[in-house]
Amino acid sequence: MSATSNGGKPAAPASNPRPDGPTPVRRGPGGGGPFGGMQGPAEKALNFGPSARRLIGRLAPERGMIILVVLLGVASVVLSVLGPKILGQATNIIVDGSISKQLPAGVTKAQVIEGLKAKGDTKTADLLSGLDLHPGHGIDFSALQLVLGIVLLLYVFASVFSWLQAYLLNGVTQRTVFRLREDVEAKIHRLPLTYFDKTPRGELLSRVTNDIDNISQSLQQTMSQLIVNLLTVIGVLVMMFVISPLLAVIALVAVPLTLGVTVAIGKRSQKQFVAQWKHTGALNAQIEEGYTGHSLVKVFGRHQEVEQAFAAKNEEMFKASFGAQFISGLIMPSMMFVGNLVYVAIAVVGGVMVAAGSISIGDVQAFIQYSRQFTQPLAQLGSMANLLQSGVASSERVFELLDAEEQTPDADPAPSPTAHTGRLEFEHVSFSYDPEKPLITDLSLVAQPGQTVAVVGPTGAGKTTLVNLIMRFYELDGGKITLDGIDISQMTRADLRSRTGMVLQDTWLFGGTIRDNIAYGRTDATDDEIHAAAEAAYVDRFVHSLPEGYNTVLEDEGGNISAGEKQLITIARAFLARPSVLILDEATSSVDTRTELLVQRAMSALRKDRTSFVIAHRLSTIRDADLILVMENGAIVEQGTHDQLLAKKGAYARLYEAQFAAPTDDEANAAPPQPVLVGAPPSTGEIVREALAEEDGATDA
Amino acid sequence: MLGRLLVRFLRPYWLLLLGVVVFQLGQSIASLYLPTLNADIINKGVLRGDTSYIINTGIVMLIITLGQIVCAVIAVYFGARLAMSFGRDLRGAIFHQVGLFSEREVSKFGAPSLITRTTNDVQQVQMLVLMTCTLLVSAPILAIGGVIFALQQDVPLSGILLVAIPVLLIGIGLIISRMVPQFRKMQTRIDTINRVLREQLTGIRVVRAFVREPVEVERFADANGAVTETALRAGRLFALMFPFVLLVMNVSSIAVLWFGAGRVDSGDLQVGSLVAFLSYLIQILMAVMMATFMAVLLPRAAVSGDRIGEVLNTDSSVVAPTNPVTTFTGSGQVELRGATFSYPGADQPVLHDVSFTAKPGTTTAIIGSTGAGKTTLINLLPRLFDVTGGAALIDGADVREVDPELLWARIGLIPQRPYLFSGTVASNLRYGKPDATDDELWRALEIAQAKDFVEKMPEKLDAPIAQGGTNVSGGQRQRLAIARALVKRPEIYVFDDSFSALDTATDARLRAALDREVGGATRIVVAQRVSTILDADQIIVLDDGKIVGIGTHDQLLLSSPEYAEIVQSQLSIEEAA
Repeated sequence: MSATSNGGKPAAPASNPRPDGPTPVRRGPGGGGPFGGMQGPAEKALNFGPSARRLIGRLAPERGMIILVVLLGVASVVLSVLGPKILGQATNIIVDGSISKQLPAGVTKAQVIEGLKAKGDTKTADLLSGLDLHPGHGIDFSALQLVLGIVLLLYVFASVFSWLQAYLLNGVTQRTVFRLREDVEAKIHRLPLTYFDKTPRGELLSRVTNDIDNISQSLQQTMSQLIVNLLTVIGVLVMMFVISPLLAVIALVAVPLTLGVTVAIGKRSQKQFVAQWKHTGALNAQIEEGYTGHSLVKVFGRHQEVEQAFAAKNEEMFKASFGAQFISGLIMPSMMFVGNLVYVAIAVVGGVMVAAGSISIGDVQAFIQYSRQFTQPLAQLGSMANLLQSGVASSERVFELLDAEEQTPDADPAPSPTAHTGRLEFEHVSFSYDPEKPLITDLSLVAQPGQTVAVVGPTGAGKTTLVNLIMRFYELDGGKITLDGIDISQMTRADLRSRTGMVLQDTWLFGGTIRDNIAYGRTDATDDEIHAAAEAAYVDRFVHSLPEGYNTVLEDEGGNISAGEKQLITIARAFLARPSVLILDEATSSVDTRTELLVQRAMSALRKDRTSFVIAHRLSTIRDADLILVMENGAIVEQGTHDQLLAKKGAYARLYEAQFAAPTDDEANAAPPQPVLVGAPPSTGEIVREALAEEDGATDA
Repeated sequence: MLGRLLVRFLRPYWLLLLGVVVFQLGQSIASLYLPTLNADIINKGVLRGDTSYIINTGIVMLIITLGQIVCAVIAVYFGARLAMSFGRDLRGAIFHQVGLFSEREVSKFGAPSLITRTTNDVQQVQMLVLMTCTLLVSAPILAIGGVIFALQQDVPLSGILLVAIPVLLIGIGLIISRMVPQFRKMQTRIDTINRVLREQLTGIRVVRAFVREPVEVERFADANGAVTETALRAGRLFALMFPFVLLVMNVSSIAVLWFGAGRVDSGDLQVGSLVAFLSYLIQILMAVMMATFMAVLLPRAAVSGDRIGEVLNTDSSVVAPTNPVTTFTGSGQVELRGATFSYPGADQPVLHDVSFTAKPGTTTAIIGSTGAGKTTLINLLPRLFDVTGGAALIDGADVREVDPELLWARIGLIPQRPYLFSGTVASNLRYGKPDATDDELWRALEIAQAKDFVEKMPEKLDAPIAQGGTNVSGGQRQRLAIARALVKRPEIYVFDDSFSALDTATDARLRAALDREVGGATRIVVAQRVSTILDADQIIVLDDGKIVGIGTHDQLLLSSPEYAEIVQSQLSIEEAA
């Protein structure tokens, strides 16, 4: 199961005032734990204030840029707010001109008004008294040209400023998000392994991708719009009051109306969106499980039930998302309604005022434009609250990760062993993953330089734990481990780990070439050294059969090479690293017999002359080990050589009996005691025969 | 493809769709009519000083705006319902289709891809439908209506539209056409970040063991930088969008006033009409802009539509029979008769002319190298694949003729990767037999050598199982999967390499228990370990899809060089170490 969080809003039109619909459910990259966060980023911020402040704090390095952005925003808003007012002047010029033209030339405005009053037409007289009339003349085109020219310039600058503002803001957001990702990445390398043990991979991935993505979109949209919208509202309001305080008051009624409607709808849609994401998660889990267990569903005759369960979840999701879409879809018509109410009110009152001559037509026209400019940003400010909440919720999840307890920092200066012999000693070591369940208590042992220590015992006995402690993946609860006389908890982790090599059961390769994957053991290795390591680990042979050779790029799922070949590459990696202490996990996954043979030979070559800890599964390894540690329930119950321990007739003898001695005696049964898998691509057959022909150990690097 | 999908899945809701169009039309006409009334107020009321006309017209405007919101709310309701029903039906159709798929189709797409197609891709198309219902439907209405009203006000002035609209379209088109590839690139780069991070998390021990943190940080920084770079580019393009649209609108307004002034001066146009014309102009350009924004959604939805179409148009290679055999007359005799299987277009068949019979009460083992066709072979029985030549028969009936429910009821499959469902131990065990009693479950656990560890779990049968069974060890998972098949009590057991995670002793105990408890059933066992199959009544050696040896262990040691080599190699591993 993997991360199926929502990635916030679609990247499309950023200005869309409606809270966007079902955000694409982005799947994390494959796999993931069973708990891989199926929920979207929490829709409700638990601790809004502090998290929001901290998010704003992340913008601190961009302080100068943000000031510039705000200034540009102010400039562009001022200019575009002035626009309609000046454009209104143009209308006035036209109106003046058109009326003046109908009046006889040579008379003055005062005369015209007097004349009208004398006729008893006080209404028209009042109307005209507000106009700048030059009876007989038509429209003053040169004045119009000047006004329009100014407006054009204004608008051009407004657009340029708003473009610059958006351009710079984009940079601010992207750089902030870049740094956030960097911090998370750095943090990951400082977290103790215990953190990864308890946190599902899908969950972590989701925080770095989905949540940060969500933050990025929220920042981008809210920051630019918050500034612009706030400034616009203020600017427009000022202009409205300048033009006509009475009309402005009417328009002001729209503010509580708009806010009230937006908040009322927002609250409900928020709930619906939470439900929608919950059901999306549930449905995804259903789909994921149905597809992953596809053949079982069929063969166990559960097709009907599965489809019914799916249909039920699908229906629930339909209901929730329909609710979310319908309710949030109401915001826009509601805003339109409020806008139109204001429009009508202004038209009526404005009309009456114009008729009364207390305002010019141009101003009414400008006012109507302002009222449009006024309700829209208000609505956007309202819907932004949703977006902001989601962004802050996501940032809270990211901060939570950044605040997680780190492993203890390395000592500085740190002691470093002078010798490279690989003498490893456990002194009264105790350790547990869970304080309630002590795992290793008072463990002491010595591995002399060059010795092979085989660790045996049933699954869950703590064999892997032992290895984890040597690599200092976990800190001890008591006692100490020394390498060549130095306490490993005093050494830097880098120093310790560069002296220890590891070949694990799960062959970890990254998406790169075979060469890069081998060179992972030591970045400064030369090509010759890489080839030598590859040869020692039998990698060279199969690499030659690949058309691209060492430059073959390993695919994500490693489909192009077999499991055994992967294991060989990890062995080559360890060869290249030249550690003085080696940790090997013999457990093989699905490896065919012939490759298995190569793996085994490579491992045994790798062990030569090194202190090795082997989680042993093969009888031969165990038999030949210098020291066998028998683990049961986290404790070492016996240690000694094969013969010593068999003679003891204790835990080892029992284990040997159960695991390696065949339950029914048979000539072939005694032979293959460990899980051995059969089969290999025929092409490697030759290689194997060749390898078989070689003498033991002749393959040492 | 997208078009066909839309037609097919929107058809049942044509009434809703009609409703959306009608009510959007209603609300668009209302919002178009309002500026006309406003012009009337100015022309007939304000300029004539007729206050009562102004108020009367104002009341009409209010009534219309009320009608508008009623229409808009109904349209949103229908639109949301339509889009969400569409999404639900589409998801349902895909899920159903995938349910019909055989393993062949599932593996062709891959489960993760199928999941994405059922969820993410549907979301994309659904989003398109929703946006279309709420925005796009009204955009052409607004634009065309705007043009008509504008023409009504003044024809020559409408010439400005002939310039403004194409400029807006071309400009936005240019910006979007540059943005789409950036978005596409960004998607792949986000994938890269995901991949790097996922690799780091899965390989965290290796990264630390080899002290490669600095390298990893750098690798991540590269990916992070690449994403940021693309995001910056897309963002910069996007930053152009609104200033550009604003500029076009504003310049058009200026043009309208300039040319309009001339027309007013010559007496061809009234001032009120000029003001109304300005409103229509803005409306038309807004509508054009909305329509163009859809262009961002469309390419993404088209890609998703294709991906969904691919799933819906893929026929399952395994089809249920029209006249199924509904009764069996035997007790589970399995026979393959010249069974051949090949993928379409493949040179080499995966299975070639495989024939054998497995009788009730016997164990048939199948051994062979990876890629020899073992899993394919056993998947022919429950029809996870169908033969492309020859036949698979159970009790003499071709499996393709049998009622699938009946067929599956008789076969207990333990797959190679023992997948457990999220739930409890009990819910998993009851997967094949929902009414099984607790006693039956314990019995099955005992045979599967799983009783001990289930008993040790605090919640026993009710112990929680995580999805995929990741909270129990590999060996435990295998044993639970075996128990699950045992609960079903089928006549035929198919073990696909189901003992690989067990140690030799447990393996032997389990096989002994199986002999005791289900000795009468037909057992088919795929195995890698020679020790697992020693006692089999017959061993089939598979190589490159062909049977190269068939017989008992002793017979094969003598007669089959391939078998001898396998035995030999397992021996030599021990010696070589």
